[in-house]
Amino acid sequence: MKKLTEIRWHGRGGQGVKTACEFVAAVAINEGKFSQGFPDYGPERSGAPMRGFTRISSNLIREHCAVYHPDLVLVLDESLIGPEDVCEGLTDAGSLIINTKRPAAEFKKSCKGTVWTIDATGIALNEIGRPIPNMPMVGALIRVTGLLNLESLLEDVRRDFSKKFDQKTVEGNIRAIRKAYDEVKKNGS
Amino acid sequence: MNKVVALTGNEAAAEAMRQINPDVVAAYPITPQTELMHKFSDFVADAVVKTEMILVESEHSAMSACIGACAAGARVMTATSANGLAFMWEVVYIAASLRLPIVMTVVNRALSGPINIHCDHSDTMGCRDSGWIQLYGENPQEAYDNIIQAIRIAEHPDVRLPVMPTFDGFIISHTLERLEILSDEEVGKFIGAWKPVHPLLDIAHPVTYGPLDLQDYYFEHKKGQAEAMKRAKGVVLAVGKEYGALSGREYGFFEEYKTRDAEQIILCLGSASGTVKSVVDGLREKGRRTGVLKLRMFRPFPAEEILSAIGHAKSIAVLDRAEGFSGLGGPLFPEVRSALYGRSDAKVINYVYGLGGRDLSPEMILSVFDDLEEGRITDREAVHLGVRI
Repeated sequence: MKKLTEIRWHGRGGQGVKTACEFVAAVAINEGKFSQGFPDYGPERSGAPMRGFTRISSNLIREHCAVYHPDLVLVLDESLIGPEDVCEGLTDAGSLIINTKRPAAEFKKSCKGTVWTIDATGIALNEIGRPIPNMPMVGALIRVTGLLNLESLLEDVRRDFSKKFDQKTVEGNIRAIRKAYDEVKKNGS
Repeated sequence: MNKVVALTGNEAAAEAMRQINPDVVAAYPITPQTELMHKFSDFVADAVVKTEMILVESEHSAMSACIGACAAGARVMTATSANGLAFMWEVVYIAASLRLPIVMTVVNRALSGPINIHCDHSDTMGCRDSGWIQLYGENPQEAYDNIIQAIRIAEHPDVRLPVMPTFDGFIISHTLERLEILSDEEVGKFIGAWKPVHPLLDIAHPVTYGPLDLQDYYFEHKKGQAEAMKRAKGVVLAVGKEYGALSGREYGFFEEYKTRDAEQIILCLGSASGTVKSVVDGLREKGRRTGVLKLRMFRPFPAEEILSAIGHAKSIAVLDRAEGFSGLGGPLFPEVRSALYGRSDAKVINYVYGLGGRDLSPEMILSVFDDLEEGRITDREAVHLGVRI
């Protein structure tokens, strides 16, 4: 494992960026890793562009600043590509996961790194019944990074979400994460 | 026995308060109050603590209620942030002068205006002269550890002063991180049973709190506070050592990170020091002799110890997350430079950074070390790091 993996999330208020960036960090910590997750609080309006950050490492994480050189960028809302510089700091070694129905090739020219695509909103609508793409994006993240164990993450979902949501919603989230894990597509494949 | 948990800074602070289980907490329940008190009030509502929670109409009343409760004989805690602390102002001084061992966590956020809710140190720097001990934490772990130690420091018979553990708003308060916590029993044993000193409710031994104190004794009482502040230094070290034996995490006045042979040193408070440490690691790999002194205790100010720790450096940058409007620099800078004055050849320069939550990037820190190495910055006025004008 690389010493430190830095992840940046781009989404809009209401799409679950805060929940997802912190949830992934909590799962990593439960797996015995060092991790931190935090949102970049802006005006806190529904629909406003917002960012979140997750760091995962096998060692103590000292940094307390935004992620400027991400290994992975997740875009929860493709309309942010253009208005927001979602590729900032990304290198050829990095990866980008975009929530879209369009093929990866359409995004390739605008960004360095490997482009992955997933229809996270479609999956969320079908499986959870709400167009909130954060949990399918977590599934895609697990597949792309290989950093965390899918089954232990799903156990954490079952345990944590059951405190807040009914059983149907919990199971929907679990199916959505699995589906995105299976369906996320790499550049041209 | 340490247990690994994933908590935000606010949750870690609330967890420490739950384990301390204070008799009374008085707090203002609305913004600028933070999620810390929200979490703690859940513990009260769920009856997992025995605390009497007093929700008041302002922060001024919150501290006033804390003063009354503590003088009456209770172990008292509270928390606030930013303009909430500003609104408490006059009673903050009174808590210290009555020598009441109240522990108030402050989540560091900018004072308005312009209106801003993000991190800087203008709130706690504003009351640096109020007579409270101030401990700045770097991350959720230190937020938790400092609050537990604060109880012991405040209540120590040689001290009897209020303590303000702080940590950076949003950057720490809203960042979920891995930390280790002690068991409830360990915390209970470490802080010990509360023994009120001269409680108002001990009617068999009547006392007066807060009487008029004019030209005859005011000065002596202020000197008494200053002496207690001096004695606090030894207690902070002893408590930090004992806490280290219990938890594996020992605390002192500051953390020396690769400073022993460093030629260029950054001195700063709070979360910034973590990012500076990681920049120092990178520079060390390139053979650059850099280091960071993370100051934990700003009040009392450990001047002699700072001199011993960094006086050998060629140049030192003091990073202030508050504007002092003196033209010379922020509030931390003049104290560091006067600690070194006449005793060290280091050139000491000041950077004001991160006001209103502006991010401190590794690139900015690198530019500070480059400035120090090249000796191109004046030490006669502050540099505003990353500002666009």
